[in-house]
Amino acid sequence: MSDIKKFMYLNRRAPYGTIYAWESLEVVLIAAAFDQEVSLMFADDGVYQLVKGGDTSDSDMKNFMPTYRTLGDYGVRHMYVDQASLDARGLTTDDLIQVEWEDWETEEEVDNIVEAVDTDKVSELLAESEVVFSF
Amino acid sequence: MADLYTVNKSPFEKNSLESVIKFSTPGSAVLLIEDGVYGATKGTTAESMITAASDIKFYVLASDLKARGISGDRIIDGIESIDYAGFVDLAVANDKVQAWL
Repeated sequence: MSDIKKFMYLNRRAPYGTIYAWESLEVVLIAAAFDQEVSLMFADDGVYQLVKGGDTSDSDMKNFMPTYRTLGDYGVRHMYVDQASLDARGLTTDDLIQVEWEDWETEEEVDNIVEAVDTDKVSELLAESEVVFSF
Repeated sequence: MADLYTVNKSPFEKNSLESVIKFSTPGSAVLLIEDGVYGATKGTTAESMITAASDIKFYVLASDLKARGISGDRIIDGIESIDYAGFVDLAVANDKVQAWL
């Protein structure tokens, strides 16, 4: 594949209650094998997917939160969060996990690719994406 | 006599919580489980639904809060956090259990 396209994964569901968050994560990890420009957007209840400190040991469910922290290693360059969705849920970026990113060829490093953006920016990012997967 | 209602959907995605508050009789108990536990958190646009419903006793399932990274200090005052055994006790103490999906 020579053409690099802008892929956006739009996540709008809370984790655990439905299978959407987990399915999205699986597809992102699979797609990581294909050298595309991959970004994730978290909006509405999707912002709950990035809330840190979850512990599923009493719930008999797999805790897949640690997987989000590895996304930087799988070629995900941006994880955007809709600020208005955080506000509506009484959350701030301090409540969210941080995800590191490093380009192994250039050694460029980013401490945290999780970034809160306003509504206009969400619109712009979705509009400029060439492929949007919705979960 | 009173009934126990469970709500397992996020109040931001479905109106299950809004409906149970609207249709329940005074003295009812509402237990928030699964994604319903998001409704128990402070500082949200859904908080006023619960704080205004003074004739309903609200409970929240602790293990579902824990799974989602919601600590006890984020829970709206007056909502009681219970474990699975507490869920069973509530089911026994009420006339019937009805799920609001």
